[in-house]
Amino acid sequence: MIPELGHFSLILALALAVMQSGFSFKGASANQPVLMSIGISAARGQFIFSGLAFLSLAYAFYTSDFSVLYVASNSNVALPLQYKLAAIWGGHEGSMLLWAMTLSLWTMAVTLFSRHLPEQFRARLIGTMGLISVGFLVFILFSSNPFDRLIPAAMDGRSLNPLLQDPGMVFHPPVLYMGYVGFSVAFAFAIAALLGGELNPEWARWTRTWTTVAWIFLTVGIAFGSRWAYYELGWGGWWFWDAVENASFMPWLVGTALIHSLAVTEKRDAFKMWTVLLAIFAFSLSLLGTFLVRSGVLTSVHAFASDPTRGLFILIFLGLVIGGALTLFAIRAPSVGLGGKFGVVSRESFLLSNNVVMVVAAGVVMLGTLYPLFLDALGMGKISVGPPYFNLVFVPVMTPAIFMMGLAIFARWKNAELPALMVRLKWAFLVSVVSALIVPSVMGEWKPMVSFGLLMAFWVIASACVSLLDRFKTNSTSLLNTIIDLPKAYLGMIVAHMGVAVFIIGVTLVNGYGKEQDLRMTPGQSVKVDSFTFEFQGISQDTGPNYMTTKGHFIVTHGNGTPFTLEPEKRSYDQDSMPMTEAAINPGLIRDLYVSLGEPLDQGAWAVRIYIKPFVQWIWAGCLMMAAGGILALLDPRYRRRNKDKQGASL
Amino acid sequence: MMKKMFSIIALAFFLDFNGVGVNAQTIGNDPAIESRLKALSQELRCLVCQNQTLADSTAPLAEDLRREIRELIAKGMTDEEITAYLVARYGDFVRYRPPLKSQTAILWAGPMILLFAGFGMLLITLRRRNALIANDKDAEE
Amino acid sequence: MKFQLKHLVPLSIFLVLLGFLMVGLKLDPHEVPSPLINKPAPLFEQKLMTDANQTFSVGKMRGQVWLLNVWASWCTACRQEHPLLMKMSQELGIPLVGLDYKDTDTEGLAVLNQFGNPYSTLVADVEGRVGIDYGVYGVPETYLIDKAGIIRYKQIGPITEEVLYSTLIPLIKGLQ
Repeated sequence: MIPELGHFSLILALALAVMQSGFSFKGASANQPVLMSIGISAARGQFIFSGLAFLSLAYAFYTSDFSVLYVASNSNVALPLQYKLAAIWGGHEGSMLLWAMTLSLWTMAVTLFSRHLPEQFRARLIGTMGLISVGFLVFILFSSNPFDRLIPAAMDGRSLNPLLQDPGMVFHPPVLYMGYVGFSVAFAFAIAALLGGELNPEWARWTRTWTTVAWIFLTVGIAFGSRWAYYELGWGGWWFWDAVENASFMPWLVGTALIHSLAVTEKRDAFKMWTVLLAIFAFSLSLLGTFLVRSGVLTSVHAFASDPTRGLFILIFLGLVIGGALTLFAIRAPSVGLGGKFGVVSRESFLLSNNVVMVVAAGVVMLGTLYPLFLDALGMGKISVGPPYFNLVFVPVMTPAIFMMGLAIFARWKNAELPALMVRLKWAFLVSVVSALIVPSVMGEWKPMVSFGLLMAFWVIASACVSLLDRFKTNSTSLLNTIIDLPKAYLGMIVAHMGVAVFIIGVTLVNGYGKEQDLRMTPGQSVKVDSFTFEFQGISQDTGPNYMTTKGHFIVTHGNGTPFTLEPEKRSYDQDSMPMTEAAINPGLIRDLYVSLGEPLDQGAWAVRIYIKPFVQWIWAGCLMMAAGGILALLDPRYRRRNKDKQGASL
Repeated sequence: MMKKMFSIIALAFFLDFNGVGVNAQTIGNDPAIESRLKALSQELRCLVCQNQTLADSTAPLAEDLRREIRELIAKGMTDEEITAYLVARYGDFVRYRPPLKSQTAILWAGPMILLFAGFGMLLITLRRRNALIANDKDAEE
Repeated sequence: MKFQLKHLVPLSIFLVLLGFLMVGLKLDPHEVPSPLINKPAPLFEQKLMTDANQTFSVGKMRGQVWLLNVWASWCTACRQEHPLLMKMSQELGIPLVGLDYKDTDTEGLAVLNQFGNPYSTLVADVEGRVGIDYGVYGVPETYLIDKAGIIRYKQIGPITEEVLYSTLIPLIKGLQ
C-alpha cells in the first residue's frame, strides 16, 4: 500500500514540477503575476509530494517490506535500523530519489527566501529548477523506479554491502547531495539572469549566499567521504583519485572559483558573464558526475550497477540541460556592459587568478579522469590514469593559488602595487621559509617535498596572521573585542584560508612521514614502530548484530604513558562474501595509530599491518575549517542589511 | 655465554631499530625486496579488482603477480624492466602512472599548458578591458 | 545585442565531450585488450594431464592453426561456453588445447568426465605462471594462434555463437 502511495506521489510530483516550470516561465514572459504565483505554489507542492515519495520508501525500508524489489536488493531483516534507512540511498534507484527529493528541498527553500527578488526573475528561477526536477522525475519514473514490486516477495533481502554498513553511509551521501544539488540554485540564478536579458547589479549578492551554502555542504560531504574511506578500507588511504571522487571534486573546485568570482562581480559589477558561466559549469559538473557514476562509462569502486540504457537517458538529459544553458549563454552573453575598472594587480585580479587556477585544476582532474575514455573511443588503446599522475600534476597547478592567497589578503581593491605588497609581507615570507626548513628536521628527516608543502602552508598562516595583527593595531579596544568586531566575511576568509593551510600541513606530513610495517605476528610477539610498542595478545571470536567477527587484541605502550588497546577485526557478514577488515585506530592530534588485521598465516601467526599516520586528522580538520569559514561569511549582517534596504526602497 | 651475548648484540645491530623488534618479523623473507615490491605494486593496477593497486588487492591474480614481481626483483631486474615485463603481457592498462608516449602527450603536457594559457588569457583580458573602459570614458567626455 | 563567436566556445567544448561520452556508452572500461595480438605466442612445455609420459609444447604446434582455451573447474562462465567448445571440437577440425588454470588435476578431470572433454590436448597451469605469460586475467579466455605461432585473436570471456560464426571461423579459414 505505502509503496503504491509513494509511486503515486512521484507521479504527482512530476505533474507539479511540470506546472512549476510551465506556469513560471509563461507567467514571466507574459508578466502575469497570477501565473507566476501558481508556479510557486506548484513548486511547493512538488516538494511535498517528492518528500512523501521519499518517506514512503523510508517506510518500506523501516518495515523491511521485501515485496519492494529495491528494498529486497539492499536491505535485510538483520540489518541494524540506521543502516536499513541508510540503504535508501545504497543503490541507484534510491539515490536518484534522494537527488530528486534534495532538489525539491532546495526549491522549497528558494520559494521561501526569494520574496525580495523581482517577480519575473524569481519566476524564471523557480521555472529553471522545475525543468531539472522534471528531468529527474521522468528518469526515475521511467527507468529507475524504486517502488517496483517483487512478486512473490522475498523472505529476506540481500544485505547492504558490508562496506556501507557504517555511520559514514548515514551522513556522507545526504550531505554530499545537498552540496551537489545545491549548485542547481546558482545555475538557476544564472539561467534566470540570461533569460531576463540583463544582469541586475544585485544578482551577485543574491547568488552568493545560495552558492556558499551549497559549497559548505559539498566541502563537508567530501571530507566525510574521505575520512570514511580512511578508516573503512583498511589501508589508511584517504583519497584515491577514483572517478567518483573526482566527480565530486570538480564541482567543488569550480564552486570555489564561483564564490571568489561572485565577490568580484558584486564589488565591481564586473566579469558578470564569466561568473554566470562558472555557475553553469559548477552544476554541469554535478550532473556530469551523476552520469559518470551510473552509466558504466568509467570503472569506479563507487559505481552503481551500470546500465547503458540508463546512461543514455542521463546523457540526453545532460545534453539538453547543459547544451541548452550554454546555447543560451552564447546568445545572451554579449549584452552586458564591462563594469568598473580595476588594475592588472589588484584584489580583483587576485580573485580572478584564483578562478584561473581552480578552473584549470578542475580541467586537469577531468582530463585525467576521462583520458582513458578518450583514447579508447579513438581506438588508441587502453591506459589507466591513477594516483601517480594526479598527485604529480596537481601540486604544481595549485601552487600559484596558495602563494597568491597570502598576497591577496593585502591587495587593495581597484589597485594594488606589487612591490608594496612584497615589502609588507617580507617578514611573513621569511618566517615561512625558516619554519619550512626547520620543521622537517624536527619530524625526523629533511625532505624537499615536505619542506615545500610546509612553506606553502606556513606562508598562508603567516600572511593571515600579519593581516589580523594589522587589524588589532588599528583598534584601540581589547583583543577579544577586536575579534568580535571583525567583519564576519573577513573572519570567514581568514578561517577558510587557514583551513587550507591546515589541510596542506596534514597532507604533507602524513605523506612525508607516515610509517607502515607489514608483519607476521604470533600471540605474544611485539614490535616497536617509532616510539610505540605493539604487543599482539591473540585472537578472539565474537558476534555482532549481523556478522561474525575475529578480533585481534593489541596492547600499545608509549614511553611512560598509559597503555591502551587496539582491536582490529575481520568481519564476515554472510557465508559467501569475503571477510571485511575493520581497522583499529587510535586517533590523535598529531598522529593516528592504525592497525589492520590481515590473513591468518601458518602456525597461529597472523598478517598484521601497523601504520603511524602523523597529522592525518588535520586533513579533515582543515576541511571543517574551510566550511566554518563559509558559515562565518554567511553570518555577515552586511548582506542582510542591504537586503532590507532594498526591500524598503522598492516599496 | 659470551658467544651468545655477542651474537645477540650482533643481531641487534643488523636489525632496523626503527621497525622490527627482535620478536615479530616482516612478511616476506627480505625487507629490501619487500620495500621494492611495495613501491612497484603501488603504481600498478590490479586487473581483477580494477579499482585497487596491485599492492592492496587480495585477488588471487594479484597475489600471483606479486609473487612474480618478487622473483623478478630477486633475479636482479630493474624497476623499469619489471614494469616493461608486465606491460608486455597486460598492456599499459596495468600502469597507474601513464607512460609518456605520443598518445599521452596531451595528458602530460595538458596541465601546464592549461595553467599558462589561463593566466595568459586573464592578463590579456584585463589589459584589453582597461583600455576599452578608458576609451569609453574618453568618449563620454 | 552583438553576437560574439568566443561565447560559443563553452558549448563547442561541451558538444565534443558529449560525443566522447556517447561513444563511451558502447565501450567496456573493464576489458583489458591483449598486447600479445600479432606477437608470438609465449612458449611453454607441460606434461599432459591425461598422460604424464607425454608433453605438450607450443613449439610443436608450428604449421597448425590452433586454439588455446584457458578454463578451470571452479569457473562458472566456463560451463556456459562448454557446449559450444564441444561443438567446436567436433566441427572445426583444428586442435583445441585446454589450459586448466589454477586448478587441481583431480577436480579438472572430474568436471570433464561429467560434462565431456572437448580438448584434443589437456595441460595444467597450477600456479598460473603460463597464464601470466599470456596475460590471462580471468577465465575463460581463448587464444587463436596461427601456423607461425603468432597470436591472432583473443577472446575475453566465454565464446558465444556470435563470436564463433562472425569472427573466429572466418579468421580460422583465412589463416589456413
